[in-house]
Amino acid sequence: MSNRAKLFIPAIFFVTMLGLLLYGLFHDPSKVPSALISRSMPVFTRPNLFDDKAAVSNEQLKGGIFLVNVWATWCPPCHAEHPYLLEISEREKGVTFVGVNYKDDAQAARDFLQERGNPFKISFSDPAGTLGIELGVAGAPETFLLDATGTIRYKYVGAIDNRVWEEKFVPLLAQLR
Amino acid sequence: MLRRIQVLLLALLFVVPAWAAIEEVDFNDAQQLVRYKALIAELRCPMCLNANLAGSDAPIAADLRAEIHKQILAGKSDEEILQFLTERYGEFILYKPPLHIATSILWFTPPLLLLLGFFVLRRMLAGSRLQTAESDPLSRQEQEQLQQLLQKDQQG
Repeated sequence: MSNRAKLFIPAIFFVTMLGLLLYGLFHDPSKVPSALISRSMPVFTRPNLFDDKAAVSNEQLKGGIFLVNVWATWCPPCHAEHPYLLEISEREKGVTFVGVNYKDDAQAARDFLQERGNPFKISFSDPAGTLGIELGVAGAPETFLLDATGTIRYKYVGAIDNRVWEEKFVPLLAQLR
Repeated sequence: MLRRIQVLLLALLFVVPAWAAIEEVDFNDAQQLVRYKALIAELRCPMCLNANLAGSDAPIAADLRAEIHKQILAGKSDEEILQFLTERYGEFILYKPPLHIATSILWFTPPLLLLLGFFVLRRMLAGSRLQTAESDPLSRQEQEQLQQLLQKDQQG
């Protein structure tokens, strides 16, 4: 390498570092890919939120497109996304909305849904958060999209709003239909 | 005064992080407790980006500590427990990621940079030694020669 070319090494190093730092600046480190994508919904049986004696199992989440939303009344972002979930549950007729009431008081959850509207066709509780661990849930809200075979196709961490729905879910739904 | 500050700074080196985990855990033997402590120290809390399970008071960290406790009591090995957790939470939760293609940059960049640093340092040292050699003062004979040349130049 000629001496002239060597002079550019610090400049190239600097620009590379700058690029990496810029990437770090606009990259959200809390967005971690889920380990469960392309895996089946774990086997579970949990009490129906509205009827303790009835149970909901993973077998009921097959044969269609399911949107599984992990939520709780103690979680502020869940309150924030609730009106939007109501809106899309009315709009998206081909998708069955499922609510997993995560580590919550069942009575408080029932009151919440009765008072503010219930976007979920199926609701069940996971009082100890053990299904949450099976699903790799770190905290509510998290939302999973299942295809007709019961395979997890997508997971979103955080509250769903219009931008997230249009950017992340709509293209995938078009693909699944 | 200065001495006291030095002692204080030195003492800081020996501070052990106070773990946030305060639950009481019961095990059948001391060995299980040692394994439990090692596992919660080397696993990362999935919610908090940079805290281990032992040091986090996030609800999910407490749940995962309870899960690890349960599995140790059930006779699961460390490998089985780590596999159980990475299957669900991904390699994100391992502070010591296994070596494969995606993580090779993580494992190999630091030693490579260290080697590069040594290389550059050696070049720089060699360069400065060369310079001092070049700047050796002229001998008496050489100085006379130089004077002659300069004089010739002025006359010409």
